[in-house]
Amino acid sequence: MRRRPTFLLSILSFGFAFLYVPILSMVFFSFNASRLATVWGGFSTKWYGALFANKQVGEALLLSLKIAIVSSTVATILGTLAGIALVRFTKFRGRMLFSGLVTAPLIMPEVITGVSALIFFLLLASWIGWPSQRGFTTITLAHITFSMVFVTTIVQARLLQSDQAIEEAAMDLGSRPWQVLVDITLPVISPAILSGWLLAFTISLDDVVITSFTTGPGSTTLPLLIWSKVKLGVTPDINALATLMILCVGIGVAISGVVMNRAEARRLADERLAYRSQA
Amino acid sequence: MPYLWLVVFFLLPFAIVIAMSLATKTPTAPPFSFGGAQPWVNIETYHRLISEPLYLRAFLISIVNAAGTTLFCLLLGYPMALALTRVSRSARNILLMLVILPFWTSFLLRVYAWMGLMGKSSWFNAGLTEVWNWLVPVSWAVKSLPMMHSNFAVVLVMVYTYLPFMILPLYASLERLDPTLDEAALDLGSRPWQVFLDVTLPQSMPGIIAGGLLVFIPAAGELVIPSLVGDASTPMIGRVISDQFSQARDWPMASAVAVALLALMVGPTMLYSHYQARAEGAK
Repeated sequence: MRRRPTFLLSILSFGFAFLYVPILSMVFFSFNASRLATVWGGFSTKWYGALFANKQVGEALLLSLKIAIVSSTVATILGTLAGIALVRFTKFRGRMLFSGLVTAPLIMPEVITGVSALIFFLLLASWIGWPSQRGFTTITLAHITFSMVFVTTIVQARLLQSDQAIEEAAMDLGSRPWQVLVDITLPVISPAILSGWLLAFTISLDDVVITSFTTGPGSTTLPLLIWSKVKLGVTPDINALATLMILCVGIGVAISGVVMNRAEARRLADERLAYRSQA
Repeated sequence: MPYLWLVVFFLLPFAIVIAMSLATKTPTAPPFSFGGAQPWVNIETYHRLISEPLYLRAFLISIVNAAGTTLFCLLLGYPMALALTRVSRSARNILLMLVILPFWTSFLLRVYAWMGLMGKSSWFNAGLTEVWNWLVPVSWAVKSLPMMHSNFAVVLVMVYTYLPFMILPLYASLERLDPTLDEAALDLGSRPWQVFLDVTLPQSMPGIIAGGLLVFIPAAGELVIPSLVGDASTPMIGRVISDQFSQARDWPMASAVAVALLALMVGPTMLYSHYQARAEGAK
């Protein structure tokens, strides 16, 4: 008997228009023949050609992917360990400081993280001669540091929801602590670990500010390349690049949606089976 | 292991920044030294920070911009989140996905999309100009609206990029509300807007605060958006830090501004954890 919420629905449509009109406009103008990025001059795919012919773009993408894979993997390992430590060992020396350290990077503005990382690397270089050059290593180190806390937060939330009694039961049945970790804890939190890795990966792939502070000559990641081009104004090949990236993200999201739906359906079927065999 | 990592790569650099903010600027490389009149601690940088209007102004602009962004995100995000709780379950999942989707596309490219729209030659600007000229007296008419490189553009793009951060926590807290409470209030004779004010709004406070912080904190320290669509005469604090560091090569000043900005962030965060602790206690 509820009235149709016309007001709410119209704001919802306006909100989605607000979110998507800029993106769609960008996609539309990527097929523009004109040099002016926002004046229509006929259909063309020449900017895609220009994009693929540009070797810089390929190199930058490759560097970005390398950094993202390495940093998100290390960040996931460290972040998971930190999350387990924080939930399962409620008392250890320096726990207060540790939990503070885990939340601090979450609220730290990126500029500050970036500047402090750069000062740190510069001072290290002048004191012990390492890192002699900023680039892949320094960017990766900085990315690991600020993305691991996201992994920790996700893992921590999942662990707090899970039932600790299962682990205690395994202990009582004679499992060693590392066996419990491998056989029970890790499988239980594996979805959280996976989504933590994905988050760390996207954060690293997308980061501009921290990367721009920790990069050195010759190490241009894709966001840095876009940043330097965009600073000069609107260019049509960036539209083409954006369209391709949106396409990739869209496909990725669609695939993960299908996979998740399947997993959900399988879980439901399993549950039904379990109930039936009990009855 | 992770402990050690955070200490080395997070705590230590930050401690260096705090120490740096107390150092003295020198024309050497690296451009600072500890010492001067008072060895190790030199509060001269903080003195300059307070006395030079440039910095205070940048802080004020950042706070006003971030607060405005948070307000507009709330005004647009709240009805959107509320509407999301009212649509059918299948539509809801798709719409939620659509809210998150822009978050996965590159942040930089979302800013760039607006640069295209706001530019003088774009269809969007042309359309808005038509509307503007139709609304205002002829003497105010313009050829195209000067949208790019203005403080307006900064807030608009920040609202755009941070809107999902507002919608998601709001949706999470609104979804948990019990619709029978609304119905009870309606049955007892409340008008719909009264129900909203007395029942829905107070219960969604945790969502409002969480969303507000998620928008306010990154907005206050934003660097990319003001450098791309902002205007140099209204600098935001993130840009001041970056300029002091890389252009003026005044490391102590960059550090002092960073420390002050962080102090500014700690306030609302403490408030949030206080509020959360109280909510936990109430349960």
